[in-house]
Amino acid sequence: MADQPTATERFLQGILPENPVYRQLLGLCPTLAVTNGMKPAITMACSVAFVLVCANVVISLLRNLLKPHLRIVIFTLTIATFVTIADRVLAAYLYQMSKTLGPYIPLIIVNCLIICRCEVCASKQGPFVAASDALGQSLGFGLALASIAAVRELLGTGGLFGYQLLPAAWPDWVIMVLPPGAFITLGLLLGLVNWYSARKSGGSI
Amino acid sequence: MKAILRTNLGQAWLVLLLALIFGMSLAGVQAALGPKIEENKLKETLEKVPVVILGQQAADELTAKGETLVITPNTVAVEKGPVTKYYTLYKADFKDGTPAGWVAKTKGQGYADKIELLVGMDADAGKVTGLFILDQKETPGLGNKIVEDAWRAQYGNKDTATPFKVVKLATGGVNEIDAISGATISSKAVTKLVNQAVSDLKPQVAQLKDSDGKGVQ
Repeated sequence: MADQPTATERFLQGILPENPVYRQLLGLCPTLAVTNGMKPAITMACSVAFVLVCANVVISLLRNLLKPHLRIVIFTLTIATFVTIADRVLAAYLYQMSKTLGPYIPLIIVNCLIICRCEVCASKQGPFVAASDALGQSLGFGLALASIAAVRELLGTGGLFGYQLLPAAWPDWVIMVLPPGAFITLGLLLGLVNWYSARKSGGSI
Repeated sequence: MKAILRTNLGQAWLVLLLALIFGMSLAGVQAALGPKIEENKLKETLEKVPVVILGQQAADELTAKGETLVITPNTVAVEKGPVTKYYTLYKADFKDGTPAGWVAKTKGQGYADKIELLVGMDADAGKVTGLFILDQKETPGLGNKIVEDAWRAQYGNKDTATPFKVVKLATGGVNEIDAISGATISSKAVTKLVNQAVSDLKPQVAQLKDSDGKGVQ
């Protein structure tokens, strides 16, 4: 276990070096689907953070009891439980948001980011490291979602969080809040992040 | 003991135990939050009753005047051969007692999951006044367009004499509903629910109206 990353390393890795969206290209379904506005994107990021932290800690506590051929079943069971809790809480306290996000909250169950963290980190390291790994990854996921949503909402509606920011003369690029806008924005931002890290590491592009 | 642990069931003891614990905690969450969620749904239903009867504009004007409709819920049973179908039928009246219309809540299979919706009818159930989708899990981008205002507006102010009919290219015929491209099943499911609710409840509305006329309320 000596060569496993420490808690701080795990936390920092999640933000950019192993960013779930820009580096690992995981969890793209919500990334594309709910980033047409800042509010749904932030709600989604918080729900994923809740599920990821809880699932990582539970799996980490159970890690010595896991059997190789049954581990995926246990991961899925744990994740599904916390997703259902998140779904019910949203329906009870943020009813309109829960209607806007519709099936995407239950779909967190199949967000491969969470099962990936359970497999890579939580099933091998202690609960403290697992929790900081989950926090780092959730933060990275949240930042990625927020960056895509900011571009799409600003260009598509001329505002952020529903407040008008660009001058009224701005012709709303409606395509940006429609599904094609998600692909265009993700592609361009992904290219930008790659270009930036290639330049920093001295590679040539 | 070792022999038991080596069987398939014995190996899965952790899965079974976790399923039990998680299942119980989810039951607890549902018991704690269920009433709150139902309350949210009911609140939304009552908010939408004036909108589906009067239309968004008139409903907003009514709210601006500080008035509300008096909404009375009724449960009506419609016998259909061996099964009895239950509807919640909301009766809405203006403050002075003139009837505004009726709203029926109905639920049925869509493409992905059950669709729950409200159908508004005028005071004699002679016209469908509007439609609102309360709950749906149709395909995002295709079937979930049933919630959009433009599509739902097709059910506004239509005579109940002819059932609604889903067509691929509406030619302006009586009660034709333009199908959503890529979501014919969702369009048909909604239309079927509306038609069923209207035909089931038309006689009920007449009955309830009569009993109200006798002054019992």
